[in-house]
Amino acid sequence: MSTDLTRLDVTALRAALADGSASAVEITQAHLDAIAATDGTLNSYLHVDGETALATAGEVDRRRAAGDELGPLAGIPVALKDVVVTEGVPTTSGSKILEGWTPPYDATVAARLKAAGTVLLGKTNMDEFAMGSSTENSAYGPTRNPWDHDRIPGGSSGGSSAAVAGHLAPWAIGTDTGGSIRQPAAVTGLVGHKPTYGSVSRYGLIAFSSSLDQAGPMARTVADAALMHEVIGGHDPRDSTSIDAPAAPFVEAARQGATGDLSGVTVGVVRELGGEGHTDGYEAGVLAAFQAGVDQLRALGAEVREISCPSFDLALAAYYLIAPSEASSNLSRFDGVRYGLRVGDDGSRDLDEVMALTRAKGFGPEVKRRIILGTYALSSGYYEAYYGQAQKVRTLIGRDFVSAFAADGGAVDVLVSPTSPIVAFPIGQRVDDPLSMYAADLCTLPASLAGTPAISVPCGLSEGLPVGLQVMAPALADDRCYRVAAALEAAQDAARGGTFLSQLGASA
Amino acid sequence: MSTDRLLEFDDVVARYEPVFGLETHVELGTASKMFCGCATTFGAEPNSHTCPVCLALPGALPVANAAAIEATIRIGLALGCRIATWCRFARKNYFYPDIPKGFQTSQYDEPLCTAGHLDVEVDGETYRVEIERVHLEEDTGKNLHVGGATGRIHGADHSLVDFNRAGIPLVEIVTRPVPGVGAKAPEVARAYVAELREILLALGVSEVRMEQGNLRCDVNTSLAPTGSLEWGTRTETKNVNSLRSVERSVRYEMRRQAALLDDGVRILQETRHFHEDTGSTSAGRSKEEATDYRYFPEPDLVPMAPDADWVAQLQADLPELPAARRARLREEWGISDTEMAWLVNAGALGLVTDTVAAGADPADARKWWLGELSRRAKDDGVELADLAVTPAQVAELTALVAAGTVNDQLARQVLDGVLAGEGSPQQVVDSRGLAVMGESDELGAAVDAAIAGAPDVVEKVRGGKTAALGALVGAVMKETRGKADAATVRRMLEERVLGG
Repeated sequence: MSTDLTRLDVTALRAALADGSASAVEITQAHLDAIAATDGTLNSYLHVDGETALATAGEVDRRRAAGDELGPLAGIPVALKDVVVTEGVPTTSGSKILEGWTPPYDATVAARLKAAGTVLLGKTNMDEFAMGSSTENSAYGPTRNPWDHDRIPGGSSGGSSAAVAGHLAPWAIGTDTGGSIRQPAAVTGLVGHKPTYGSVSRYGLIAFSSSLDQAGPMARTVADAALMHEVIGGHDPRDSTSIDAPAAPFVEAARQGATGDLSGVTVGVVRELGGEGHTDGYEAGVLAAFQAGVDQLRALGAEVREISCPSFDLALAAYYLIAPSEASSNLSRFDGVRYGLRVGDDGSRDLDEVMALTRAKGFGPEVKRRIILGTYALSSGYYEAYYGQAQKVRTLIGRDFVSAFAADGGAVDVLVSPTSPIVAFPIGQRVDDPLSMYAADLCTLPASLAGTPAISVPCGLSEGLPVGLQVMAPALADDRCYRVAAALEAAQDAARGGTFLSQLGASA
Repeated sequence: MSTDRLLEFDDVVARYEPVFGLETHVELGTASKMFCGCATTFGAEPNSHTCPVCLALPGALPVANAAAIEATIRIGLALGCRIATWCRFARKNYFYPDIPKGFQTSQYDEPLCTAGHLDVEVDGETYRVEIERVHLEEDTGKNLHVGGATGRIHGADHSLVDFNRAGIPLVEIVTRPVPGVGAKAPEVARAYVAELREILLALGVSEVRMEQGNLRCDVNTSLAPTGSLEWGTRTETKNVNSLRSVERSVRYEMRRQAALLDDGVRILQETRHFHEDTGSTSAGRSKEEATDYRYFPEPDLVPMAPDADWVAQLQADLPELPAARRARLREEWGISDTEMAWLVNAGALGLVTDTVAAGADPADARKWWLGELSRRAKDDGVELADLAVTPAQVAELTALVAAGTVNDQLARQVLDGVLAGEGSPQQVVDSRGLAVMGESDELGAAVDAAIAGAPDVVEKVRGGKTAALGALVGAVMKETRGKADAATVRRMLEERVLGG
């Protein structure tokens, strides 16, 4: 075998499986070998079951040899963020409180990937209950960035970003509440898409903030991300907030974008996200790489103009009231009664004490911080001033999007911004300063609060570290994200003479 | 068990004015739970009707039961409520082992139905009970405390939780405070729950079996000196689960609170437990420091926005409600308010209606259900409706009497057979040979035997003392074991003793 199968993207792996140049078992084995070799350092996986993965792959190969009908992704390995519930496979959401819990059911996302024929490599590390931007809040140790092992891989889907960027999985599922797909994708040089809220089922995602959580693809190419989104998306009767509307074809949008023609597309650059007068906290190298990306979009034929979304300045404050409020309630089910950790049940303590001890021991400091914050914000006498007010801000942010996209408001097709104001920072740098950590989500929060789709696509390097460009579109127009991102990706790959991650390969 | 000092009830109402209010929880009779597809049948193996959703496993999400929403709106319409055009579920956050999510999915400031009323009658007087709200929520699981003497958590060795009940749709019906009913307060409270139960039955939304906990009441009671401008501090007596208990709990709280107020003791705002055995209440949790449930709109569910046309259709499709039905039947049957009240109180109205529908004369139907059948139910200690006889069978029995096939005494023997499971009244008549004897040779022989056996009586009759004939009739009836028709026997005796 001359080709390293872990270096192939999903499009290439499908081709290899189709023409017989690689078997599912070979592909799976190559990834398991890479995990064995590298993950001791990266710590991107919390759980790997090679035996089951190889058995699944072997079954695909047998059925292919027998000429059976196969799923569209038969034999393609995948990694799932450990927030996705998987039947018979331990699921912890990065928390000690769920250590040892094996779910009896599959999340819809997991079931759809399974039905498509994918091979589950394992479950990836994450900030505990998806609360964080660095994966340092995992109860199972931090994950390292393949670009620089002393730096964070972003978060909360940092295990997924590190695994895909580190070639330990061709692609992975992440979840995004305030930027947890896009920011880790940006700082590891991947493509990460947060779908329109309601377009991917939340059934079986361990809830952090119900009105914000969305699962989505993290991949090495826009085309792969679009393909995964088509497989996991669509209406699910088990999720009341799931949208029952036909989705635009994402793969086709990516293919169209890759032709490199953006004429007729109007791109709005959001002033409040790194523009004039709003550069506080943004690294110069990030702004420069972003500007280069915008210039490239213009060169591809897009019309570029600046757009002001004044309410975006309030997104951080609103988000850190809404998300913790919902989390404080969502995490109440972890009481030690039915599953997971139970502490202090020795016959000498009453119920309240056992619950309190269990939660004190089972939750990490950031989770506790947010539970307390959310409990406070929902308390009688404070509700209107905090949660109520934050909901109003959320409405205003949604209106900023609507007016930016409205035909009579200057009508842009997409909005763009840096994905993160900063590149991957050193592990340990911000753990003691939650507010500086929260600032990493500055650019991703508006689309989260509005429920609109947004993708992060690599746009350059700053001091040798990846920078992402975020493309935001109206609700249910995810296809625009894929089209514009694919155009930028194609132009950069052509100019570079290789994929974005090939730069990692050269330096690593 | 209670050491409360109680004032005599007459004394209480002479000097104090009560205000009561009720929160009634009704388990809906939907086939599946409120937010998942699990079955709702009562009495199943513990935790056999559970799934990731109602066990609140990580990642599971609720989907609202449309049938439960429809039932709630129908209840609201039957109570004359305004139906919300848009409203949401809300999370009520608190920790308890029987509440798997750590919150109950309920409704808070946006209930489905508001501002209704229910008129109830007590002793011919009508009282209007205003309905504050009707909202939809889910039931909790059930805790079982094992190893203690009382079945309560105190002193128990360990506790088990059965989640079969968790997530069963629960409708909460909240009245506004009811002032100004004075001494009638306990009875009006009871009549309200009784009438509500009739409405729920008529709507077919719940079996309303109080002994199975389908309908549970929390009763608020307060007392203030007569003429006072302010109401007193209320107590909330939880889980009052029979009509009789509702009445008793109000009465008890009035007597208890009056004694305290007489002594100048402040009434504590608290929840109280009701004790079925003694009819007393005892202190539970103090509500002086109100629990903060941190309600907020449930983000996992979409808002409910009942379409106006659909609500209008539900309104149009409501069945005849109990009050209207009673008025109509009173008219049709030509009975008084009091007679109707007897039927209602005996739980016989539906049975009589069905019996009439099966062809019986209303007076006959009422006579059987309120008389013989009520007696038998009482003897057996069962509800009238649980007797092993159907309204159709009762109608058949009245038809047999009307046709002269059996007389009243034979009819009671037929009923014995029916209740013993021997088949329809006609089948029992046939198998037990209970038909009235016609003017047959057999009856003629019995008559002749009676005449031959009492020559002295025959002499008296022939001597003009016709009243003495009764003794001969009795002898024939005895001989035929009641199967003969007394009038026929009398006529045959007259013919043979006096005639010819």
